[in-house]
Amino acid sequence: MQRSNSPRSDQQAKLDRRTFLTGAAVAAGAASTIASPAAAATTPSPQEQPRPSALPPTAKVAAAEAGTPPALKSQAGKPGSDFMVDVIKTLDIKYLPCNPASSFRALHESLIDYGGNKSPEFLTCLHEESAVGMAHGYFKIAGKPLLTLCHGTVGLQHTAMAIYNAWCDRVPVLVVGGNDADAARRPPGVPTFHSAQDINALTRDFTKWDDTPVSLPHFAQSFVRMYRIATTPPYGPVMMSLDAGLQQEPIREHGEPLSIPRFVPSTPPQGDSGAVKEAARLLANAERPVIVVDRAARTPNGIALLVQLAETLQAPVVDQGGRMNFPKTHYLSRPPSVIPQADVIIGMELSDFWGAVNAFTDNGENGVGVNHSRIKPGTKLISISAVELITKSNYQDFQRFQPVDVAMPADAEATLPALIEAVKAAIPNDRKAALAKRGEAIKKAYAEGRETVKRNAAIAWDASPISTARLVMEMWAQIKDLDWSLVASEGNVSQWPNRLWPMEKYHHWLGRSGGYGVGYGAPASVGAALANRDLGRFSVSIQSDGDLMYAPGVLWTAARHKIPLLAVMHNNRGYHQEVMHVQRLANFRDRVANIGNDLSPLGTAIENPDIEYHKMAESMGWWAKGPIKDPADLAPALKEAVAVVKSGQPALLNVWTQPR
Amino acid sequence: MRHIFFLAIAVVLAPGAALAASAENGKAAYVKNGCWQCHGFLGQGSIMTSGGKVISRTEMSLEAFIGFVRNTSGTMPPYRAAILSDADLADIYAYLQSVSPPPDANSIPLLK
Repeated sequence: MQRSNSPRSDQQAKLDRRTFLTGAAVAAGAASTIASPAAAATTPSPQEQPRPSALPPTAKVAAAEAGTPPALKSQAGKPGSDFMVDVIKTLDIKYLPCNPASSFRALHESLIDYGGNKSPEFLTCLHEESAVGMAHGYFKIAGKPLLTLCHGTVGLQHTAMAIYNAWCDRVPVLVVGGNDADAARRPPGVPTFHSAQDINALTRDFTKWDDTPVSLPHFAQSFVRMYRIATTPPYGPVMMSLDAGLQQEPIREHGEPLSIPRFVPSTPPQGDSGAVKEAARLLANAERPVIVVDRAARTPNGIALLVQLAETLQAPVVDQGGRMNFPKTHYLSRPPSVIPQADVIIGMELSDFWGAVNAFTDNGENGVGVNHSRIKPGTKLISISAVELITKSNYQDFQRFQPVDVAMPADAEATLPALIEAVKAAIPNDRKAALAKRGEAIKKAYAEGRETVKRNAAIAWDASPISTARLVMEMWAQIKDLDWSLVASEGNVSQWPNRLWPMEKYHHWLGRSGGYGVGYGAPASVGAALANRDLGRFSVSIQSDGDLMYAPGVLWTAARHKIPLLAVMHNNRGYHQEVMHVQRLANFRDRVANIGNDLSPLGTAIENPDIEYHKMAESMGWWAKGPIKDPADLAPALKEAVAVVKSGQPALLNVWTQPR
Repeated sequence: MRHIFFLAIAVVLAPGAALAASAENGKAAYVKNGCWQCHGFLGQGSIMTSGGKVISRTEMSLEAFIGFVRNTSGTMPPYRAAILSDADLADIYAYLQSVSPPPDANSIPLLK
């Protein structure tokens, strides 16, 4: 108990010295005459003015003052936290983004000293939310989860939003919270403020599983189990409360040697064969089938499978962008405007099926919005979504209820091979010519759509603040010849990267935060850039101003651990979604929105003073430049920044942009 | 704001009424009243906030423009006369008409 014993030892030493001085004064007084009461009234008491003693200290006191203290006993035996490191190492977890805390100091020490700071390697984070955000982004590139440790109460409270984002985005993160559970043995004061009966309760509504092991064998089982649960589709974060005492105490084997369960990955759940056949029959016989995807592709192979299904059917694919599902260069990649024409729609891993086939107008009529169906009556709906298997009650990430004709609570990517074969078998021979004709019409619409997008991008091309289309295309010009990965696109740039960049590979687009908790972009992009660094890829992010300021310390983490990333800011100087929300409400109430001296309604602008993000980044070890307001200055600055990132450093450009 | 030239143009407001509208005043009103929030500072719009609708150099008549702003199609919050006058809207309309036409996309190397 080093943390608590140190103050106690200091206090004990002071008491010893005080006892010695008091004793010496009393001895000196006893040797003199007794003072009169009057003299006593004017003479300071020994406590007020202690006099040096002429007497030699006792042998015991002398030894305490000047001698060598007796040897302290080392902790006997192997600590429990060393065994925990043995368990963690079996799962090949490469990094540990983490903000340090006393409730897991024993495991921390074991990881860096006993474990050699490898697999996992400790990455110093300045906020727990950043640590989970980094793990979130890392998984989307590496396909492997990271572990983070946090203080079980205050640290976990910091992580909560990031865990919720990971939950909504179906990303596995292993969260272990330190907790000093034994009220009779834990240090009083701060460590007790930082303890709780059940820390897991805080995140139980948005984790797949949690546990509180009470022994080392229990820890071994639970850690391997939590890893397996997190990495079985549908993925999700998991939580463990880890007792400080269990970490610190030596291993006590109760007659049976400790062992570590073997990890064997689970196979993802596939759709029922009858349901797959029925879905294939509907799709094969549809006049206008439409495929809508959100997180359908879990791996690069998911993209290949979706291309195969779409080409087999010659059906347009609407990619909602939860992941990189479908190549943007493929003629079957179409906007949501094709949905109203459909007679059969298959939705795969949609976070909001209702929203895909309905519209909601936030028009404020009587204070509420209005719903509209976007599909024709009789349109057949098919759903494949594994998320149905882990639906919880409290948080409403399951969205509105949408009745469908065929519902498969199964993993879309795992079900696709069977579905493709079933569709091929179900297409009547006499429909093949009609399918080819359908494909030709879609090809023509795709080409026309590309021209429209380019025309729209040209509007405000030379504007200052810089248009988001110009921003995105200037970036593209500098990275197009690299193996690039857009690791985050926050703050909404009108989807220009998805509309203008030839996104084809899985790492070209990672989706968004999942829960729309602002503050995801900066840490997730650093985490994804870490994974890309190990793969030799170039990472670029579009970083919004509001998102960065929740926990900007992650910039320091990137510099400290040499994580190369090009962060180009979409700095529109406000919480723009909120700018529009407040304006909307003011309009519906026939009131002029109060903008004070800002451009936006009070409370929504991030200006006066303007934040100098480039200086902030520089102070944390980044190469940075800005503010860039003239589009003509963008290309040379980007060129410099790309060279810096290629040399292995992070770089940030603070660019003033149009609102969207 | 570059590449904008301001014009003072005479426009017809409500039937029978005529006023001189100022593009310069319109630019200020466009910003002050938050039009830029969804439509961008040059009326370029966004697929996320204006349904992709571009209002710079709109082909709508002023009368139709004012009618739309007052009532909208539901998605846009209405600006009724209590918060934005017809004269302000005429200025805003003049401003939107004054925005330079965009370059041909095929003339922009980055968009080819």
